[in-house]
Amino acid sequence: MSDAAMSQAETAPTAAEENLLDVRNLTKYFDLHGDLVSRLAGKHQLLKAVDDISFYIRKGETLGLVGESGCGKSTTGRLITRLIEPTSGEIDLHGEDLLSFSAQRMRETRKDIQLVFQDPYASLNPRKTIMHILSRPLDVHGLATNWHDKRERVLELLNLVGMGSEHIDRYPHEFSGGQRQRLAIARALSVNPELVIGDEPVSALDVSIQAQILNLFRELQEKFGLTYLFIAHDLSVIRHISDRVAVMYVGKIVEEGPVDVIFSEPLHPYTNALLAAVPEADPKKPPPRLTLSGEVATPIDPPPGCRLAGRCPLAKPVCAEVDPDLRGIDGDHRVACHVV
Amino acid sequence: MSEPVLEIDDLTIRFNLKRGTLTAVDGVSLSISKGETFGLVGESGSGKTVTARSVMRLIPTPPGEIASGEVRFEGKDIYQMSDREMRELRGQHVAMVFQEPMSALNPVFTVGAQIGDALRTNMGMNKAEAQERTVELLQLVGIPSPGSRLNSYVHEFSGGMRQRVMLAMALSCDPTFLIADEPTTALDVTIQATILELISSMIERFHMSLLFITHNLGVVAHACDSIGVMYASHLVELGTKDEVFANPQHPYTVGLLNSIPRLDVQEKYLTPIDGYVCNMMDPPPGCKFNPRCKQAMEICQREIPDWKEVAPGHFAACHLHSQQ
Repeated sequence: MSDAAMSQAETAPTAAEENLLDVRNLTKYFDLHGDLVSRLAGKHQLLKAVDDISFYIRKGETLGLVGESGCGKSTTGRLITRLIEPTSGEIDLHGEDLLSFSAQRMRETRKDIQLVFQDPYASLNPRKTIMHILSRPLDVHGLATNWHDKRERVLELLNLVGMGSEHIDRYPHEFSGGQRQRLAIARALSVNPELVIGDEPVSALDVSIQAQILNLFRELQEKFGLTYLFIAHDLSVIRHISDRVAVMYVGKIVEEGPVDVIFSEPLHPYTNALLAAVPEADPKKPPPRLTLSGEVATPIDPPPGCRLAGRCPLAKPVCAEVDPDLRGIDGDHRVACHVV
Repeated sequence: MSEPVLEIDDLTIRFNLKRGTLTAVDGVSLSISKGETFGLVGESGSGKTVTARSVMRLIPTPPGEIASGEVRFEGKDIYQMSDREMRELRGQHVAMVFQEPMSALNPVFTVGAQIGDALRTNMGMNKAEAQERTVELLQLVGIPSPGSRLNSYVHEFSGGMRQRVMLAMALSCDPTFLIADEPTTALDVTIQATILELISSMIERFHMSLLFITHNLGVVAHACDSIGVMYASHLVELGTKDEVFANPQHPYTVGLLNSIPRLDVQEKYLTPIDGYVCNMMDPPPGCKFNPRCKQAMEICQREIPDWKEVAPGHFAACHLHSQQ
């Protein structure tokens, strides 16, 4: 473990309150192989999708993970469910490292961590009825033995997500985007998970429907004490749903803290830039603007130093050389920046 | 405001499909004056894109059909224009920017060749002039080292840069009117901010009028002077941006504004609009919004509401106002 990684791990609070999930130094590099010549020369291009990030989620809270396309937020979600295997790091659920689990044990654990994806058109099998789609997880995890129990449970789930029992024998194409997302949520809840990871679950929805689904997420959290990792690029959605927020930029968490602090007293230049760029639906608010120069850095063989260094208005020489650690400011607020 | 450049008058567009007839745009009227920026807002399927495309006569007929109404550009009905006049309109007066630059630009020609082509066809330039002008245009929209990017293909640009290329192409014919159909929807928020800024500066610099199609109320709040709100093929509210945002009069507009999570405070629950958009193949009679409307009355289920001027220049199509 590098020094930076050590100090990062140390700043993560130990289980003072119960952390449901503790992610330490999680890293995922994709080897891009490259062309034959560079392979023969032994050169590897590495896409550092997630680069040594640490965070935790307390039981019953919502951590919002926000960033722009390609920053690694979805990869993070997938790593936690072990849909893809990390390059290194630790993912503790209730203090036990998921990465040490056997395939069998992991399969059992999967019911504790469920995913809701962005595109409800792609995530529901078009050939299966809602009864089949919602009862399949029960079969897989052996949670219902007979048809009657399953049917009861599916009806209960439909009711839970605000859909009538008449829908049970229909197919996904008979539903609108918002209804499908309700069904995807019902499926995630079917196995009574502790942690639900939403990977842009409201991004594909119209704003009036988005509000319905966000309310549903909140209702279900209150009812079942669910813990959420909510991944989104929309800052107003993150602001609404999160208790704490982590901001990612090119594979790194650059700032993390309670939602009010991140939105009212952001420290990192990137967080500031994101917030300034949001067009608010109020003509009296200042117009959106970009406070950074240039384009998003590439995660492929990134240069040393802060990933934002080339675009940052506050950059100093040190920024291009040394990767800043995520350091505690006060309380839960952490920021990775040499300048602020 | 000065004389209208674009007038859409009682436009109805139908699509005759195998499954039945779909009315995508129903009795929409609006006008945009010289130099005005107009935002047409609505959710998926509300008919905003079809309305915008009809201005360029890009509605495929069949299955589409302009069932009634007129679209006039500088006083001339574009559906009466000859092919030649239409070509001139598209090439020299009205330009369009689409949501997906990757599918709007040709992947097998270089960016220089595509913009150059437009210049030679529409502006009668020769090859050398066209190339020179292309470099100027790319520079104008903020593409770094434009001279060397002439020979790049679309896939070699990032999303934001592609949208700049498309804007350069749109500007190539010195249009007086720009139609932008969700130009920033596929972009990240920081890139969106730069593209919006660029569009605004181009509008100002070239004294263009703008028809901006978007589902994002935040974007119209900053990019447009006036806005029109569409719901299920109807235009339901129309007015200056400041009026509509400060004093929305149609329950749908109110519902939309309430649905947006706020950035300044955290509310526990949002106030969504209940229900779902009606099936456009089988819409409810009367006001299309009535099944979702909390204030719906008996008349709303029978009659399509007329336009009512609720304040000077501010219109809403809702029975709540015709009652008063």
